[in-house]
Formats: sequence, C-alpha cells, structure tokens
Amino acid sequence: MIEWLLEPFQHPFNQRAILAALMIGLTNGYASAFVVLKKSALKVGSLSHALLPGIAVAILLVGLHDWSAFLGSLFAALLIGLGSLAVSRGSRLDQDSALAILYTAAFSGGIILLRRIGVAQEMEEWLFGNIMGLRDSDLWTNFWISFGALGILTALHRPLLMTLFDAEVAATLGVPVRALNYLLLAVLIVVLISSLQAVGCMLALGLLVTPAATVYLLTDSTNAMFWGGSLLGGLASAFAVLAGWWLNIEQGPAIVLVLGAVFVIAFLFSPKYGLLGRSRGRSC
Amino acid sequence: MAPALKNENMSHQSHPTCAHHHHHHELRVENLGVRYRELDALQDVSFATSCGACVALIGPNGAGKSTLLKAVAGLLPIAAGRILWRGTKVAKWSREIAYLPQREDVDWQFPITVRGVVRMGRYPQAGWWRPFSTADETAIDRAIELMGLTDLGDRQISRLSGGQQQRVFLARALAQQAHVLLLDEPFSGLDRPSKSALAATLRKITGEGRLVIASHHDMDTVRGIYDEVLLLRRKAIAFGPVAEVFNEAALDATFGALSATEKEVA
Repeated sequence: MIEWLLEPFQHPFNQRAILAALMIGLTNGYASAFVVLKKSALKVGSLSHALLPGIAVAILLVGLHDWSAFLGSLFAALLIGLGSLAVSRGSRLDQDSALAILYTAAFSGGIILLRRIGVAQEMEEWLFGNIMGLRDSDLWTNFWISFGALGILTALHRPLLMTLFDAEVAATLGVPVRALNYLLLAVLIVVLISSLQAVGCMLALGLLVTPAATVYLLTDSTNAMFWGGSLLGGLASAFAVLAGWWLNIEQGPAIVLVLGAVFVIAFLFSPKYGLLGRSRGRSC
Repeated sequence: MAPALKNENMSHQSHPTCAHHHHHHELRVENLGVRYRELDALQDVSFATSCGACVALIGPNGAGKSTLLKAVAGLLPIAAGRILWRGTKVAKWSREIAYLPQREDVDWQFPITVRGVVRMGRYPQAGWWRPFSTADETAIDRAIELMGLTDLGDRQISRLSGGQQQRVFLARALAQQAHVLLLDEPFSGLDRPSKSALAATLRKITGEGRLVIASHHDMDTVRGIYDEVLLLRRKAIAFGPVAEVFNEAALDATFGALSATEKEVA
C-alpha cells in the first residue's frame, strides 16, 4: 500500500509532472479570481480555443520548438481577441458573437491544419494535455510565466482591485482603467497558455475559473479569494496528478475533475453560501 | 507607474478628516458643454458653489444630471467651457473630489467587506504599493465611525440595509478626505427611515465643511435637505438658494412639455 502510494514520486517524469501541476495550479488559481470577479469566463474560454490554430500555424512555419507553440498560441489569442473587438466596433454585431464566430472558424482551421502537417497523434495532447510529457525546459518556461504573471498581478493588486470593483470610481481616483484591463487580459492569456501542456486548450478554462469560483462560495474576503484560489488550484492539481497515476487515468482531465468535485462540495455545503449549508439567507 | 496616484498633494494629511474651515473653497462651472457622440448632453451650464453647501441637482430623465456629476468627477471629456475647483481646472482625477456610483452600478456580491471598501479610499494616498500607515488606519476607523458602521466593519456589503450601503460609500469618500462629494440618486430605493437618516448624514457632512452635490427626484424633500438647487434640462434653468429658486415657475420650466427640437434629440 505504502509502496503504491509512493511509487509516483520515484519517476523523474512524475516528479516533473507534480511540480508542474503545483506551479500551474497555483498561478491559474490566483488568476482565476480575476476571471470570476470580471465575469469573463466565456471570453477566456473562447480565447483558449483560439490557442490551437496558433500552435498549428507555428508548427507549420517553424516546427515545434520550446517557444514556438507558446508564441504561436499567444499571437493567435491576441489576433482573435482584437479581431472580435474590431468586428464589434465596425459592425452592429456584439463582441461575444464576433468572438464566437472567429474562434470556432479558427479552431476548425487549426484542426484541419494539424492533421495535414502530420502531427495528428499529438493533437489529443494539445486538446487535453499531457503533463507526463513535460521536459525540464517546459518546467522552466512554466516557472518564468508563473513568476511574471504572479509578480504583475500582485504588484498591481490595489489598482486592479479598484478597477474590478468599480471601474468608474477607479478612474476618478487616477487608475488607468483601460490600460489595466488590457494588461490583465494579456496576463490571463499567458497564464492560459502555461496550462496548455498540462490540461490542453479544451480544459484550460476549468483551471482558470474553478479554483477562485469555489473559494468565492466560501468567503467574503478578497484576499482569501486570490490566495485561497491559488492554494486550492496548486494542491488539487498536484493531488490529481498523483491520483491519475494511482488510478491509471489521464492526468489532464483528472485535474479539472478534482477541481470540479471540490466546487460541487462547496456549492452544496458552504456554511455561508452553500445550497444545503446556508444557515442564514442572503439578507437584504 | 505609481506617481499618478502618489503626486496628489500631501499637504492635507495634517488635517485628519478634511476641512472645517474651507468654506471659501469654490467649485465653479463655466459655460460647460458635454457631448455624447453627436448629441449635446449639456449645453452652456454655469454655476458656482462652495464647501459647506448641499446642492440638489433636479431635472427630468435625460436632463444631464448624471452627465454633469461625471463631468465634475473628471470622467467625461468636456466639449466646451471649464470646471474650476479652488481656482484650478479639474484634471482627469483628484483625490479631493469623490464620485459615488448609483446603486445599480455596484456589484453587491463582490467579496469585499465594509472595511475593505472604505480602505480603497486610502489608495490614492498610499499609492499602489506603500503599506498603510497608522494615519491611514486612523482615517479609515474615523470614517467608519462617523458613518455609524463600527459594528459592521467585517460585513460583506450585500448583507447591509440600503441606508447602510449608502453610508459605506460615504465613508470611503471621507477616508479619501474628499472635499466634494458627487452623489447620483442617493435616495432612490431607500425606505422612509433610511431616507431621513441619510438626509441627516448629508447635513452632517456639509456641516463639517464639505460640498455635497446630489441628483434628486423627490420634490417634496428638497427643502428639508438642500441649501441650493440647480434646475437642469440640458441647460441650467435656474441656480441658487432653495428658498429663492425652487418654485412652481422654475419647476414648470424644467419639467414642462418637451419642445419639438428636444423631442427630436431625445
């Protein structure tokens, strides 16, 4: 029994996977508070799908290197994000519809392209992740992304918090609201990409929403939402990697499934805001 | 990047809560024009008032009340004229001018406590990174106490009555040491006791030498709450002390049937 529990810690690829899960979960968990408070889960979900065609084009143009997939997906997300803005401004269509049109079209193109250039067997990895396949260099890439993203988000905590709570009042207090919103979106996209190898672009959204959404049902403190989401994201992801090994299931889906299960528990039993645990209703 | 928040004058830190003797601080609006796309939301609006006054902003829907408040707060580009606060043009933002949002514009489910909201009032002084000093904490405590929220500091903001919620945002403006408070429909949605409590609170705030400008709907309560009134319908119909200006004729001019051109614009 003990041997069975300890086994995953002995293989280098497993150690890497656990470390990566901790790091990615931590960063995504922290960033998920912004997604939830900004109520932009759908937008981020659309952008996560936009990553796939970017990877396909990058592989087609320069082959698969350490940074090519990262830069390709970043470029694609920016292109489709800004493209949807341009369409909504230049026509009577709203931005969500424009985004849906652009990302589904791009996603389709990406799938066709990935099959054509003969990396179809890797497609499932891009869609659902392969955390066991991480190399040391990937770990470093993730480390720098986490370091940069957390650094920016914590350094700008006050103005970001004001912008999220009330953008108009924030502007009257000298906060450059529009610039911060763009910066925040850029950071969220980069964080999204960092989880690509772990959970793939179909599931990345789960990691970037569920942790803080769960804590949101448990607390009224903003800081608890950020750091609690971070803690939950990191621990749940690492645990899921282990559980995946023990139970022989895919780690990427396991991560999102564990987070989903914790959310359901909070939804049902949260003392303050749970369906069953609610002791006193939301007064007023 | 911080200087934007930091360079605001520090000289006022010596006055813990604001200005008891700043009655001469004047807000002067001169020939103000604001345009939304192609429409004139405000045209040629002029008035002047000073600290210690409680000013009602009265006019029909679409008269430009919110627009005027936002323009004074520095939220809207000015198409014509100018706004002077203490003799200098109002910049994009100022710590001395606090804008309080309309109830519907606040996300009440935001995971933040009463104290958390009031703390935001100190961000301009503290900048983006400096930890809060004891002076900051004192200002926060005082503001919370002045607004009668001492026992509610740890309450999430949706778990408050309407009157208490209004006072949270007033407390933030006090913690910010604002001289001018701009309120958009502060009385809407409040029950009768909360309304009279808020009226007393606004009197207290102006009594301490601050300037309050609030858009207001209920004609019956204007006399009891405000000193001055600005009747607005895209243009300033009348401005002055309530006793002199707030009368039937002026109200008719403000709320009377829309002229043909106004209908077209509306």
